Amino acid sequence: MAGLLVYVHHDDGEFSPQGLGLLAKAAGLGGEVTAFVAGSGIDDGWAGSLGGHGAAKVLVADDAALGGLSQPIVDALAPTAAEADAVLFGAGVVSADVAAGLAARLGAGIACETTDIAMADGGVVATRPALDDTVMVESGFSGGPGIVLARANAFPVREGASGTAPVERVPVSVDDWSQRASLTGRETAEGGGVDITEADILVSVGRGMGGPENVQLVEALAKALGGEVAATRAVVDAGWVPYSMQVGQTGKTVSPKLYIACGVSGAIQHKVGMASAGTIIAINKDGNAPIFEFADVGVVGDALAILPKLTELVAARKG
Amino acid sequence: MNIAVCVKEVPSATSQRRLDPGTKRLDRSGDSEPNPFDVHALEEAIQIRERGADVGEIVAVCMGPGSAQRVLTKALALGADRAVLVTDAALAGSDIAGTAYVLAAAVGKQDADLVLLGQQAADADCYVMAAAVADHLRRPLVTQVAELRLDGGTVKAKRQAEHGYDLIEAPLPAVISVSDAINTPRLPSIKAIMGAKKKPLETVSAADLELDAARVGGDNARSVVREISPPPAKSEGLRIEDAGGDSAEKVVAFLSEKGLI
Ligand SMILES: Cc1cc2nc3c(=O)[nH]c(=O)nc-3n(C[C@H](O)[C@H](O)[C@H](O)COP(=O)(O)OP(=O)(O)OC[C@H]3O[C@@H](n4cnc5c(N)ncnc54)[C@H](O)[C@@H]3O)c2cc1C
Repeated sequence: MAGLLVYVHHDDGEFSPQGLGLLAKAAGLGGEVTAFVAGSGIDDGWAGSLGGHGAAKVLVADDAALGGLSQPIVDALAPTAAEADAVLFGAGVVSADVAAGLAARLGAGIACETTDIAMADGGVVATRPALDDTVMVESGFSGGPGIVLARANAFPVREGASGTAPVERVPVSVDDWSQRASLTGRETAEGGGVDITEADILVSVGRGMGGPENVQLVEALAKALGGEVAATRAVVDAGWVPYSMQVGQTGKTVSPKLYIACGVSGAIQHKVGMASAGTIIAINKDGNAPIFEFADVGVVGDALAILPKLTELVAARKG
Repeated sequence: MNIAVCVKEVPSATSQRRLDPGTKRLDRSGDSEPNPFDVHALEEAIQIRERGADVGEIVAVCMGPGSAQRVLTKALALGADRAVLVTDAALAGSDIAGTAYVLAAAVGKQDADLVLLGQQAADADCYVMAAAVADHLRRPLVTQVAELRLDGGTVKAKRQAEHGYDLIEAPLPAVISVSDAINTPRLPSIKAIMGAKKKPLETVSAADLELDAARVGGDNARSVVREISPPPAKSEGLRIEDAGGDSAEKVVAFLSEKGLI
């Protein structure tokens, strides 16, 4: 199979918007685009709907072993991928694991954090911002298919997509060793509470706030401003605040009028979830922190000391 | 049980990072440190031992230039029992695929039941190495683990994905990458820093690992940098140093000027 192959991840019966956006991007590059879907009990009509997003053809790998972890998917994908000119992956935890496993399996080059894709000299060229987005790096591939892993939210999903593509099922053979890890359970976000994507003002807590006991400093400022509290993954993973408050690649994408980041380093995976905020203010004691590269106002200082004063001044002003 | 921890040498957080316009590779001449995410992996190895698992040895493995010896010395001070530096001119410029191949070969020789890595590299922002190493070793994989428990010969892990948390189990031997929230790494004591110099630090070459020369090094990289260029121009942000303790006033002045309060 020559041409571009796009792996479209899905979860709970929904295609990942990251994969759908990449399909649209790939379709705009001129060549024939094939989508690859792996899972168990896949409906052909549903798979075919990827035609509306840019796929000319959809390959389906359907097997009981394809239950959501990455390693069996690498087994299912590798034979087809080996024949492609390039294999494209949307951002995502499992999607990235599949991309990386495939790169090892095929000995193929992989370009990460890709924000633009083009065809040049008969091959795929991937561009990414690097070093805290201070430089653009353009990479090509040699000796076999290139593997491209996109940055989260880099490629928008086609609006009002409709249409279908022909579906073809591929033979699947999964190794024993790739089935040794098993998904035993899931904890999803509890319902209710505040929807941070609706808030005009967000004050976010990062690990630099020191500990869960200091989250109240952020809450107080958010309250004074009439906003809500958001958080980084480091803080959510550590159990300071619930997952529903997380901003970033594996959390929510927000675009409030004002985003105040307190003790947040500004990692790419956080940035992709809040870079479109109207005004970004960062308080960080490290003058070199990546967040200062994209904040509108960067305060170099101790957030623990600054926040109470800021809250008091804001409250007085609103008084 | 033995644990191997992969440790990457990255430019230190305080150094000015740049790409060398000639080689188009990261300029590694400045100060370096162990990838902070890998330090969490090493700390987890130590805590697994402290929680009572029968850990024979913890070995830190790094592929890098000779200077990377510094980060292994740090790993030894932090608590690794011994260290292996894979260094060879033939490996310089290896891409992700080449590096994964080398690391898997190096780790494969350590008789390790558990291979730990950080979930991402602080210099490249990529989060792919663990899955690539696991594929080479044909071992089960769990990435971005925020909570790890060993139960006999099984690892029980909790990790965040796009919908919340996955609970995943895998039998040893396994490859795990850890999140930066899994633990708080300790600072090495003066005694540990002194003691690190006495721990074994072995240097191995591509030949020692019997690597296929056609799969490693810059000339065999399958992903090739074509061009580097400046990013699109953006407006400079306002910088406020909190030196005088009056930054709160300045922020409030900014907010009211913008009509945000
Ligand atoms: C696939 C993947 C998906 C991810 N998804 C997400 C996501 O959805 N959301 C997300 O946030 N992250 C995500 N991450 C993790 C991300 O890479 C970072 O690890 C995380 O964002 C770091 O959180 P942090 O800024 O709170 O902590 P750190 O990076 O530890 O930063 C803490 C900052 O606080 C500063 N600081 C310390 N003390 C003070 C003080 N007293 N006052 C002021 N500043 C202080 C420090 O200088 C530092 O810059 C993801 C990673 C991967 C690999």
